[in-house]
Amino acid sequence: MTSETNSAARKVRSGVSHTLLVLVAIAFLGPLVYAVSTSLKPADEVFTPTPHLFGSEIRWKNYADAFTFAPFDRYFLNSLLVAVAGTLVVVAASSMSAYAFARLKFRGREQLFVLFLGTLMVPQEVLIVPMYWLMQALGWVDSYWALILPWAFTAFGTFLLRQFFLTIPAELEEAARVDGCGPFGTFLRIMLPLARPAIAVLTVFTFISFWGSFLWPLIIINSVEDKGTVPLGLAQFVGQQGTQWNLMMAASVMAMIPTVLLVVLLQKHLVRGLLVTGLGGR
Amino acid sequence: MATDTTTVAPPGAPEGAPRAGRRPALRRDGRYASVFLAPSLGGLALFTLFPTAMALGISLFDWPVFGTRSFLGFGNYSHLLHDPVFRRVVLNTVLFVVLYVPLNVVVSLGLAVWLGPQIRGRQVFRVLFFIPVMTPMVANVMVWRLLFQPGGLIDGGLQSWFGIDAPNFLGSSSWAMPAIVAMSIWQGFGYNFLVFSAAIDQVPQSQLESAQIDGAGPLQRFRYITWPMITPSMFFATTMTLITSFQVFAQPFILTQGGPGVATQTIVMYVYNQGWQFLTMGLASAAGWVLFVIIMGITAIQFLGQKRWVNYDV
Repeated sequence: MTSETNSAARKVRSGVSHTLLVLVAIAFLGPLVYAVSTSLKPADEVFTPTPHLFGSEIRWKNYADAFTFAPFDRYFLNSLLVAVAGTLVVVAASSMSAYAFARLKFRGREQLFVLFLGTLMVPQEVLIVPMYWLMQALGWVDSYWALILPWAFTAFGTFLLRQFFLTIPAELEEAARVDGCGPFGTFLRIMLPLARPAIAVLTVFTFISFWGSFLWPLIIINSVEDKGTVPLGLAQFVGQQGTQWNLMMAASVMAMIPTVLLVVLLQKHLVRGLLVTGLGGR
Repeated sequence: MATDTTTVAPPGAPEGAPRAGRRPALRRDGRYASVFLAPSLGGLALFTLFPTAMALGISLFDWPVFGTRSFLGFGNYSHLLHDPVFRRVVLNTVLFVVLYVPLNVVVSLGLAVWLGPQIRGRQVFRVLFFIPVMTPMVANVMVWRLLFQPGGLIDGGLQSWFGIDAPNFLGSSSWAMPAIVAMSIWQGFGYNFLVFSAAIDQVPQSQLESAQIDGAGPLQRFRYITWPMITPSMFFATTMTLITSFQVFAQPFILTQGGPGVATQTIVMYVYNQGWQFLTMGLASAAGWVLFVIIMGITAIQFLGQKRWVNYDV
């Protein structure tokens, strides 16, 4: 009898809990649903006295119109170029240094590694002023170089991959060495293929942080129409008279789609990427 | 989050091997190491170490973007000290941190405990809550800008369901900061949710169950079993959240442009305005360094305080 009421009570409690959770999920998704809904409405139906999920028509054309309203095709290409190139540099440089820290013996290794980690302490806001001056000196103001290189050397990647390399059994490497493989061969043929999961995480999280970066492009890019990235393009809408909210939401949704896909794709490995994201966002 | 810097024993180098045998290996490895390290070392030296030092140098000058520079000593810092705008900006940033960090931790920890291993489909929530963490911040903020507009979803919903007008969130000096905090929580709590959720996964179910059989209520189980085991994650989450929240920029920049007046201007916005609106790089750099010192101080306090409440050996 008691066990029966107990299990009934538990069922009710779990039912309530699950219902509440669905409500939380709906509230959380509200802003995103609102963005998609607005992006499909005619311009004069964005602000209606009563909120409606759908307007009088579903205007897919807004997504095409966003591209003519502002050069979003250009912004997307720029963002893609910068994010892909930046990610390549990050992955190449950090996997190489991670290998050195994990596997090669050299004097001062520990001290150098601490110095590497120490660079993580410096916030971007301290660096932007001298970085701007450096870009002026190099003639890189308003260039792709300035968007790609300055933030492509971070100790996060080195740290992440070093931790992973340390878990790879040394015997595998030794066998390769016996077969006549030098450090470069071992690195390319043994370590990199084995570290594929960690490299995938680093790649995706780095790509996303380049894709969303805002403060630095805002500072260094003057010709937004030409070299602007997606976040810069979106920010152009702010302060304009009579903002085209439906087109802006269409553009925002398009900016989100690649990252949403990557998160869903990588869902099993999100925890490992936490450190890369945590202080990123450059 | 493992942060040990110890290394595994190098292969093929038993304890007490003759020194003569180790030296050449060290030298040979050293030569390779310099090749492997060159890109990262070069990049970090040029783009992080050198600029950090330069930032300190620039902050000691009257340094216009174009034109002649002159040495000021600590002139920029004393200017900041007496600038009412900068003082207000520091207060605004502290207010944001004080509101944002505890709320973020409460929301993310609460949800992580609620969405424990017994809940079906919790992976869906992890992914869901993580989406705004990864989507471009500017796009997220744009959506909330519309949400907060007079006639936007919040205002419209309040009007049609409760018949009341919402305040003009972004234009009101009392509502603008809470609006920025609310938006930031929505955007950011998924990160800490994932941190806590992963930590709670490590808590053995058997211990929780036997405590329940012994008559421990949910609060007691959390206090005496779950909490001690997740303190390292709590430390990681609070430290990271503190550091990043002092650097808040895009949310006020796009939602309110720092307004009304300077009611929501933050330290990073001040750096940006001084540097790229007023073109006074020396002052911008000094403000950046002040932020750096604040962050270092907070982090140091966190690390010193952790002995009192963080368990690493459970």
